[in-house]
Amino acid sequence: MIQQKLRRSMLFVPGSNVSMVCNAFIYQPDTVMFDLEDSVALSEKDSARLLVYHALQHFTYKDIETAVRVNPLNTPFGILDLEAAIRAGADIIRLPKTDSVDDVLEMEQEIADIENRIGRQKKTMMLAAIESALGVVNAVDIARSSKRLMGIALGAEDFVRDLRTQRTKAGSELMAARNQILLAARAAKISAFDSVFSDVKDKEGFVYEVNYIKGLGFDGKSLINPNQIPWLHKAFEPSIEDITWAQEVLEAAKDSKIRGLGVVSIDGKMVDAPIIARARWIVDLAKASGVLGEEV
Amino acid sequence: MQQNIIPSHAGTLESSDLFVRILPKKEGGVSIELESSVCEIYADAIKKTVLECANAFGADGMSIIVQDKGALDYVIKARVQTALLRAFGMNELDWSVL
Repeated sequence: MIQQKLRRSMLFVPGSNVSMVCNAFIYQPDTVMFDLEDSVALSEKDSARLLVYHALQHFTYKDIETAVRVNPLNTPFGILDLEAAIRAGADIIRLPKTDSVDDVLEMEQEIADIENRIGRQKKTMMLAAIESALGVVNAVDIARSSKRLMGIALGAEDFVRDLRTQRTKAGSELMAARNQILLAARAAKISAFDSVFSDVKDKEGFVYEVNYIKGLGFDGKSLINPNQIPWLHKAFEPSIEDITWAQEVLEAAKDSKIRGLGVVSIDGKMVDAPIIARARWIVDLAKASGVLGEEV
Repeated sequence: MQQNIIPSHAGTLESSDLFVRILPKKEGGVSIELESSVCEIYADAIKKTVLECANAFGADGMSIIVQDKGALDYVIKARVQTALLRAFGMNELDWSVL
């Protein structure tokens, strides 16, 4: 079973940018995503790979979840990136440009081969980035294709290019893809992540988009700038009313368990397993946001 | 046997990074030239790290010229190892030397 944790913010860190690689942990995203793919020039693939390899093993990244976006396996860099990331202990491999189940299975096999060869006990997780119309159409099969998959993510920049359109603030060009990816993820019981918001100066537009994707049901979002982290975490922060309700639900559920009751109600409304799960999620969010203490 | 060393470099002169150049030299051994804003305190530690990297690669007959801009130890390793891989024209990584 894939480890489920809070992953609101996934901060992209260009693997060739020393300053970002060394300092990304300071901003406390839920996951740091070192990028060896699109943000790294062809001439620096080797240096970025080694920099990320060493950074992953540094104590500053021991207490934070790490992911590495590797180059596609059909490039000269993909397999080298993969081995470096796994040897260095990355938690998650982000598959770029996932169009089909075969893309996932090929990566899964390569990961397993490397883990066996180096004797890594911990299973590396995978996150498939869906960045094309074909990938969106195949999202349901992709999401169900591997037990290593902890989530699927929309890569919007390549996707809109594939659709022959461009991104807008309203986001109507992404509506179908977002819904499909979310449904596919939920059907497979894995996480769904939204794409980056590229205009780093537009806080209002960013917050609008975060509220929109949160409302759809996404677990989190990829980020390209550390400034966006507090904006995103704030948007994911549950309201006092939500927290109060969630605490009442959990208290009622606990009480019902003690008394051996199957179903409980609050204010005349039935509380069942999905309601309890949602209440737990709200309390987890509140703790991660610092609104509630860890002891609650 | 003399090693075939390709003049190479890695890194940048940006803050927190270091720029390392490797040049072949006729005499044997490895010489290190270091320029750093933190030379007074860390010169020995930086040179030690650079030399350990070079020795792990079995380097011989090369000058390593380092301009440090306050790089962490693991950045020094990454940059020197990259320059060494380029100097030896190695595409495959030997994980035992990293």
